Amino acid sequence: MIFFYATLMVGVAALLAVARLILGPSVPDRVVALDTLNTLVVAAMILLGAAYSRTIYIDIAIVYALLSYIGTLIIARYLQGGLA
Amino acid sequence: MIEYVIYAFLTIAIAFNFLGSIALHRFPDVYTRLHGATKCTTFGTIFAVLAVVVHALNMLHKTGNPKYLQMALHSVVALVALLLTNPTGAHAIAKAAHLSGYLPKGAVVDAYLLKRKGGEE
Repeated sequence: MIFFYATLMVGVAALLAVARLILGPSVPDRVVALDTLNTLVVAAMILLGAAYSRTIYIDIAIVYALLSYIGTLIIARYLQGGLA
Repeated sequence: MIEYVIYAFLTIAIAFNFLGSIALHRFPDVYTRLHGATKCTTFGTIFAVLAVVVHALNMLHKTGNPKYLQMALHSVVALVALLLTNPTGAHAIAKAAHLSGYLPKGAVVDAYLLKRKGGEE
């Protein structure tokens, strides 16, 4: 049960990152907020997998971490002026 | 007894994840926000995974169900994936922000830009 409450607290921290994602004055601010949000979602998925004793949530967290890394790299390459 | 270890790890994890999110709101520009958010959330996630691993090994010792061994190993794999990709992504964001013209707050001289231009000429 403690893992479920820990997941809720990480979700509140993720809501703070979402607020920066909406408010962010410049594009790199939003990318930083998105990167933070991805890390928090991976942590929440691992804690939820422990809360419900389902290993499949942790497998999805691995795939989500790798895919969000690729997304961050592509946004960064677009931001620095094309894929040069 | 082992529950207190799990509680301590979870407390550290939640505290550092919150500090990472608060850093996004308290710091003035992109680079300091990146510094606070990336370091704190990576450290917090390390302790979240440690709590899950301790819980899974404890349940494996209690019940003998191999599902819990699988849970511990996959959590460690997720942590390794996060530890390899997070600093690389942060470096890419910082370099892209600098190349697209964002300076740190209060900066007067951009020595890195001058050095890069000097290298090209």
